[in-house]
Amino acid sequence: MGQFLLRRILISIPVLLGITIAMYIIVNLAPGDPVTALMNPEQMANMGPEWVEHQREALGLNDPMPVRYVKWLKETATGNLGYSFVDRLPVSEKIGERIWPTVKLMLVVLVISVLIGVPLGIISALKQYSFIDYLLTIMGFLTVSIPSFFLALILIYVFSLKLDWLPASGMYTVGQPRAFTDSLQHMILPATALGLSQAAPIIRYTRASLLETIKQDYVTVARAKGLGETHVVMHALRNALIPIITIIALNVPMLLGGTVIIEQVFSWPGMGSLAIASVQGRDYNVLMGINLIAAIMILLSNLLADVIYALVDPRIKYS
Amino acid sequence: MSSATTLTSPPNQQALAEIAAKTPRKNATFWSRFRRHKLAVIGLTVLLLMGLIAIAAPLVAPHAPNAVSLANYRKPPSFDYLLGTDSQGRDVLSRLMYAARISLSVGIVAVALYVVIGTVLGGLAGFFGGWVDGIVMRLADMVLSFPAIIVIITIVSILGPSILNVMLVIGLMGWPPIARLVRGEFLTLRDRDFVTASRSTGAKDSRIIFRHVLPNATTPVIVNATFGMAQAILLEAGLSFLGLGVQPPTASWGNMLNAAQSITTLEEMPWLWIPPGVAIVIAVLAINFVGDGLRDALDPRSGK
Repeated sequence: MGQFLLRRILISIPVLLGITIAMYIIVNLAPGDPVTALMNPEQMANMGPEWVEHQREALGLNDPMPVRYVKWLKETATGNLGYSFVDRLPVSEKIGERIWPTVKLMLVVLVISVLIGVPLGIISALKQYSFIDYLLTIMGFLTVSIPSFFLALILIYVFSLKLDWLPASGMYTVGQPRAFTDSLQHMILPATALGLSQAAPIIRYTRASLLETIKQDYVTVARAKGLGETHVVMHALRNALIPIITIIALNVPMLLGGTVIIEQVFSWPGMGSLAIASVQGRDYNVLMGINLIAAIMILLSNLLADVIYALVDPRIKYS
Repeated sequence: MSSATTLTSPPNQQALAEIAAKTPRKNATFWSRFRRHKLAVIGLTVLLLMGLIAIAAPLVAPHAPNAVSLANYRKPPSFDYLLGTDSQGRDVLSRLMYAARISLSVGIVAVALYVVIGTVLGGLAGFFGGWVDGIVMRLADMVLSFPAIIVIITIVSILGPSILNVMLVIGLMGWPPIARLVRGEFLTLRDRDFVTASRSTGAKDSRIIFRHVLPNATTPVIVNATFGMAQAILLEAGLSFLGLGVQPPTASWGNMLNAAQSITTLEEMPWLWIPPGVAIVIAVLAINFVGDGLRDALDPRSGK
């Protein structure tokens, strides 16, 4: 298992490096000079252009891009992601406090989408071509066709503004001691807005996978032996659900992307709303850090999916 | 598949399908298959209608889309303004019609762009194989394993928000699935009998690619591009909603929804944000239905 893990990690490294190179080039295309952006204009006028040039040299900004990239990579490897252009705080600190809210939202959405998607997918498969199968298919189409932010606006309009049942923004009620029920209430709307569209592909793949598995010989054998239908389905289900792990893992980039807009709508203090704020402030260091963390999160989730897959499916060899 | 085994095998299914494909019956079956998919027919009708309204917007829109009328701001729907007016007194219905031009063309242009990129890269990878294939496919993995929107907002923040940049960036991020499809098609067809036959008669590479391989890839590419158009429209809407896409005063469905970021608008002026949202849902739903219909009609193996 250790060797399997190591191999998987080694495969991910070139992809991660590639992503950082691409992002580094893109961010370096940005207009504006970090020196002039960071310096007090009065001080710069007093010191003159030679001094600015000296600063550029000292900061290594005159080096060719590959050299600067390697320097950046070294710093990044030690956990130094640079400083925000806007408030001079370390990027790692700024992102650090935003990771957990985003991960928490993503986890809840994942759980919701699996809890909705898998049972509905099973029902859809067992009642193939029935009214309910048809209805679920159409509902699936509808949920992937609604922009998540529009759904979010409708939810806020109905449940926060009109019915006043649930809070419309934030993770906690400001000025109140943090309580579980309070954070749960804040979670419901954003998680629903994201979770519905995430459930649709899970319904579809659970249905397809179960229909595929039920045709297998061992299921027919189970039936022929006189096993009850519930038992037969349970028998098939265990194998049918394995591919769903991959579907969920493949959906993580979509999910992470989805949090960006949803966090903005609900003022959720996560990485997504930090990304939007950084775009508005042209805070490229922070954006670069967010891109890096996002890439790592996605590669980790793929790794996790591979590991779980290997654990539940004995046909897959670790080596 | 080696040529030795194929010599003794019964008439090749693929070859028969090729002959069948040359006959005019193909289109007839395609239409009859497509027509059986009721939702797809409805989707296509709705889509054509929307396209027509978008093209004819200057003729059918009751008001100029950017005409500011301070006397009539934030008016609820009335006979003069069927869907009311926004905070600058502009007619919501007219803006909605003009926005259809923007949103639909972003979908079409962005997808056209990545279909071209994906076909070229996928074709190169599939045709040359080896290290070209390796590089293209690793590049595809990289782009695929990344939340497009985070990259897009980073790039847009650098290039500046504009409709052109949105099309460009969606186009640059969307090609991997197309490249994979085209590459796969190249790999499976490269050694098929009809390609070997063509090659043995002295056909050039270009003829084999354009005459024999690419036409076979069109089916999956068309289906993928249709769903991609729905995705692109959603993405544009999201970006414009965040203020990072199409810039005012040009109307797009996404930036019309931007107004709803204020709680007062959200609560008291639903005519400002519900219509553009519904327009997006209808357009995207229609495209997805058409895509589903195309998949069923073009791919006999998909069952149903």
